[in-house]
Amino acid sequence: MSHTLEQRTVKNEQRFLKLSGLEPLVVTPETNFINVGERTNVAGSKKFLRLIKEEKFEEALDVARHQVEGGAQIIDINMDDGLIDGKEAMVKFLNLVIAEPDIARVPIMIDSSKWDIIEAGLQVVQGKCVVNSISLKEGEEEFVRHAKLIKRYGAAVIVMAFDEVGQADNYERRIEIAKRSYDVLVHKVGFPPEDIIFDLNIFPVATGMDEHRLNALDFINATKWVRENLPHCSVSGGVSNVSFSFRGNNPVREAMHSVFLYHAIKAGMNMGIVNPTMLEVYDDIPKDLLEHVEDVMLNRRDDATERLLDFAESVVGKAKESKVDLSWREEPLQNRITRALVKGIDQYIVDDVEEARQAADKPIEVIEGNLMTGMNVVGDLFGSGKMFLPQVVKSARVMKKAVAYLLPYIEEEKLQNPQEGDAKGAGKILMATVKGDVHDIGKNIVSVVLACNNYEIVDLGVMVPPEKIIASAIEHNVDVIGLSGLITPSLDEMVHLAKEMQRKNFSVPLLIGGATTSKAHTAVKIDPEYQQAVVHVNDASRAVTVVGDLLQQETSDAYKQAIKDDYNVFRDKFLKRSVKKEYKSIEKARDNNFKIDWKTSVITKPNQLGIQVIEELELEKLIPFIDWTPFFRSWELHGKYPDILSDDVVGEQATDLFADAQEMLSKIVSEQQLEAKAVFGLFPANTINTDDIEVEADEKFVFRTLRQQLQRRAGVADYALADFIAPKSSGKQDYIGCFCVSTGFGTAALAAAYEKDLDDYNSIMVKALADRLAEAFAEYLHKKVRTVHWGYAANEELSNEDLIKESYKGIRPAPGYPACPDHLEKKTIWKLLQVEEQIGVKLTESLAMWPAASVSGYYFGNAEARYFGLGKIKEDQVVDFADRKGISIEEATKWLAPNIAED
Amino acid sequence: MAKIEDILQERILVLDGAMGTMLQRYKFQEEDFRGERFANWEHPLQGNNDLLTLTQPEAIAEVHRKYFAAGADIVETNTFSSTTIAMADYYMEDLVYELNYESARIAKMVADEFTAKEPNKPRFVAGSIGPTNKTASMSPDVNDPGFRAVSFDELRIAYKQQVEALLDGGSDILLVETIFDTLNAKAALFAIEEVKEERNIAVPIMVSGTITDASGRTLSGQTAEAFLISISHIPILSVGFNCALGANQLVPHLEVLASRTSQAVSAHPNAGLPNAFGEYDESPEQMAAQIKEYVEKSLVNIVGGCCGTTPEHITAIAELVKEYKPRSLFVGR
Repeated sequence: MSHTLEQRTVKNEQRFLKLSGLEPLVVTPETNFINVGERTNVAGSKKFLRLIKEEKFEEALDVARHQVEGGAQIIDINMDDGLIDGKEAMVKFLNLVIAEPDIARVPIMIDSSKWDIIEAGLQVVQGKCVVNSISLKEGEEEFVRHAKLIKRYGAAVIVMAFDEVGQADNYERRIEIAKRSYDVLVHKVGFPPEDIIFDLNIFPVATGMDEHRLNALDFINATKWVRENLPHCSVSGGVSNVSFSFRGNNPVREAMHSVFLYHAIKAGMNMGIVNPTMLEVYDDIPKDLLEHVEDVMLNRRDDATERLLDFAESVVGKAKESKVDLSWREEPLQNRITRALVKGIDQYIVDDVEEARQAADKPIEVIEGNLMTGMNVVGDLFGSGKMFLPQVVKSARVMKKAVAYLLPYIEEEKLQNPQEGDAKGAGKILMATVKGDVHDIGKNIVSVVLACNNYEIVDLGVMVPPEKIIASAIEHNVDVIGLSGLITPSLDEMVHLAKEMQRKNFSVPLLIGGATTSKAHTAVKIDPEYQQAVVHVNDASRAVTVVGDLLQQETSDAYKQAIKDDYNVFRDKFLKRSVKKEYKSIEKARDNNFKIDWKTSVITKPNQLGIQVIEELELEKLIPFIDWTPFFRSWELHGKYPDILSDDVVGEQATDLFADAQEMLSKIVSEQQLEAKAVFGLFPANTINTDDIEVEADEKFVFRTLRQQLQRRAGVADYALADFIAPKSSGKQDYIGCFCVSTGFGTAALAAAYEKDLDDYNSIMVKALADRLAEAFAEYLHKKVRTVHWGYAANEELSNEDLIKESYKGIRPAPGYPACPDHLEKKTIWKLLQVEEQIGVKLTESLAMWPAASVSGYYFGNAEARYFGLGKIKEDQVVDFADRKGISIEEATKWLAPNIAED
Repeated sequence: MAKIEDILQERILVLDGAMGTMLQRYKFQEEDFRGERFANWEHPLQGNNDLLTLTQPEAIAEVHRKYFAAGADIVETNTFSSTTIAMADYYMEDLVYELNYESARIAKMVADEFTAKEPNKPRFVAGSIGPTNKTASMSPDVNDPGFRAVSFDELRIAYKQQVEALLDGGSDILLVETIFDTLNAKAALFAIEEVKEERNIAVPIMVSGTITDASGRTLSGQTAEAFLISISHIPILSVGFNCALGANQLVPHLEVLASRTSQAVSAHPNAGLPNAFGEYDESPEQMAAQIKEYVEKSLVNIVGGCCGTTPEHITAIAELVKEYKPRSLFVGR
């Protein structure tokens, strides 16, 4: 009876590999190459291994989520490690993955060399998985037993080209084992041939050993044989193996991967593990490199390996200097426009757009057709992790120029045909840095990336009062409001705005971003104030997905509800989680202060007491003091400088970005486009009443410091900055310094000039560089103070790296940072140094510095002074602090809020 | 007797309607559920409809008779909850074999009566295999998403007992139905494959999922196509949807199945959506009017009713589908 059924199936149903998570994945001959994500593999990712070992499953889920968001169509999960219980880890992780619809939508590849782990995995996944892998290695009996079970569990299978004799390493062995495996599976087990995926072993080429010369070619030819002779099967493999012998030379590796895939895909390889960032576009490989790589891959010359090795040396450093290839200018118009957008080339865009305009009926069609086609490619590449933020910002620059060129024509067209509607964007988004805050690099990046995705951006700039945000949101009828902020008082501004939006019965989603914001703060403080969706978004790539989910009609309601629920659960957990921490009273903490032996401690009298001003420092002097790591971070490229330049994933982009930065920096420096100003002072000072520092200038000033109160283990002191200055009672005269430096003057004008030229990339670049120069200036000045003006470390010799590691003597803590998180003391510094009068740096109502590229702080010179984090403090210290400062408890509570422990 | 596979090529087959709705008409009380045999059972038994097979067998046979008389080709056994997992609520795990065996036997007996009277219209018995009351790929505890109340193996063993008894009692078909979690269904299918192999037999299998709401997905989150792919690894007679929605809401999901499988497609929707009192009040005419869309679009090969449907509904459906050709079985993606 069922025999006829099965026969009918075979006869009538087209046989494609069909997999499923929550959603289907059907692999047809028209399907592009299927990319398998492999970051959730303990054998391949150190990070993932660590997360599983430490049972940080939430973060491990993020790894999986990023892969799916980055375009992986299947995720490979592997828990084979001697130090973890693979079966338990597999089941636990899969159960959690399945509870996350944004991950579980794709099929899962259960990867293990142990059958019991594979079977445990198959028992917890409802969708049709892929088992990775089985082979004839242990003999036909085991092979058949496992295949039967896999079929019964309803999974596809990867079959390794491996048998009782060993791994197939040439063409004949590959097809021999593939054929035998296929025959056993299809004819003996009744396994559906479309559910068989062969891994034909990708081995390295150009190793210098003769027996490896054919490794790529044999794979490619075997692939072709399998696809032609074993009907309905797929072929897969791990591509990075092929270039193993060129580790460290990414340009060559990328070219090798592309060449290999180009030929393997032509031969029928339709699935595999490929790191999308380690892939050059085949057509973009320089002709000479291409020739050398193909010689090796296809074994076209006896000396191919030697020639590639020689050539590779020349590719290492100068990959980027290779001459500009303009052959793409010969291509059809749409290709040229798309390429200009993808590569961020603005040189020819106006010509191309003019050509497109002349060909179009209406100028608006050029935007909606040619340009959007190109930007969709950019969006897809960025979405799938094949383009990085700096490139996208460059693409946006080209887009803006093109649109600007077309605008007059569109206006004219409108006058002639007033009934025609405007271009319809994906949605309108209001972006603002909240009142009292001046930082906008992150906000601008998010704006640019969203604009790239066809959203219209209403950017209100920095220091935007809530009334203006509300009024503009209504006036422009926006679909989403995005708020940004960097300093802690901005958090309260965001809560306030959420309340206002609720009061005005707003319905649009609210996005929260910026360095001090967090999911915890958003969930606990902002979300409860606004009944509509509130989402914390801290990077530009996620912003696009989030806004898409929020605005897309089909997903919107479900997504908003999911976010609400998520934040509800998160909030409950967060509030419950706060393990009751113990605090001591401020009196007890003061008794346990950090005690320096003032009888023996060396105090150096500064060489120059009083206030000094640097009107304009030559910027060149700051270059050696620049810490580049945070610069890359501001562009969402993560890694330490200089290692980041050769990073496997972001190395190429980091190198490009760094080159652009150097170019701009040298221009800024040689033309002295930014003004570097500083004011600093060194004064006699003593600690009074344990926690206050009395400063002797023309008049007396007092700095109020805050003291740690968290109960910690015996013998550890409770620090306050006041501990590093000799108390008056010691009878010793001690000293303190304070400073403010800025390289922000000129930034706004430069940025505005770039913006006027529709160049967001360089506008953001200027600001990012100004920030780095300000930090460098603080470092530079601190050194001058240590070695000259105060002179307590006249003989120090420190490298830049030592400076970044803060291995010098004495500290320069800044108000608003961990040792002294209250911003209020900036007011005292401003009065003491007359900062605004001397160099023009202002404080906003939230006590942010304007211009933004400014740094201010104290100098402590004692050898025992160290950086620490205040942590949370208790009500009693807040009351005491208010009393010492002569302000109301309410005001003190407002400023110290982020540091006050909740009961 | 003609093979069901062959009949499916010729006409649209009609499945019966709701058992529960019909049993409600008898207004059985606690003592009726208990009968003599379970008069002294330590736990309340009212509501255990599957138990009526043992305590009120005449009523069960009568319901089957009414559905066959109304025009059904296939009736479902009264075994939706007859697994050790679902019967644990009544502490009746040990009765599972008997419940399934007797239910199948009674249904088969009635089917044979009708086949004897009308040999050109053979009647079939589908052993009903429900989803149980536990989910294998979802956590019942929102705070612990990794937790599972039941394992694949527990389900597989429970289903295997049910399947063996249903076959022993005379079921012609096995119907894995009302699938809200595909992993539960995969455990049932795994168990069926084991029994088939051990007994060296072939059994037609019907698989029927449940799209829970307007999201168009199963409770465990799969789209219709993902569901189809997940249960297509063993040979089946038909795939379809039942319960949760009324006939018209099922159309887009049936379209997905119809265009992507070469197996038969089945549908047994509810009599509309429940009203404010939790009752299904779509009339036979209303329901048939909606099912007309299925047959006009050639979406189905087997059609019947779920919650709230009665012999009157089945008559209306049977009268309707007589006029239409079945969906061709020679399609596929």
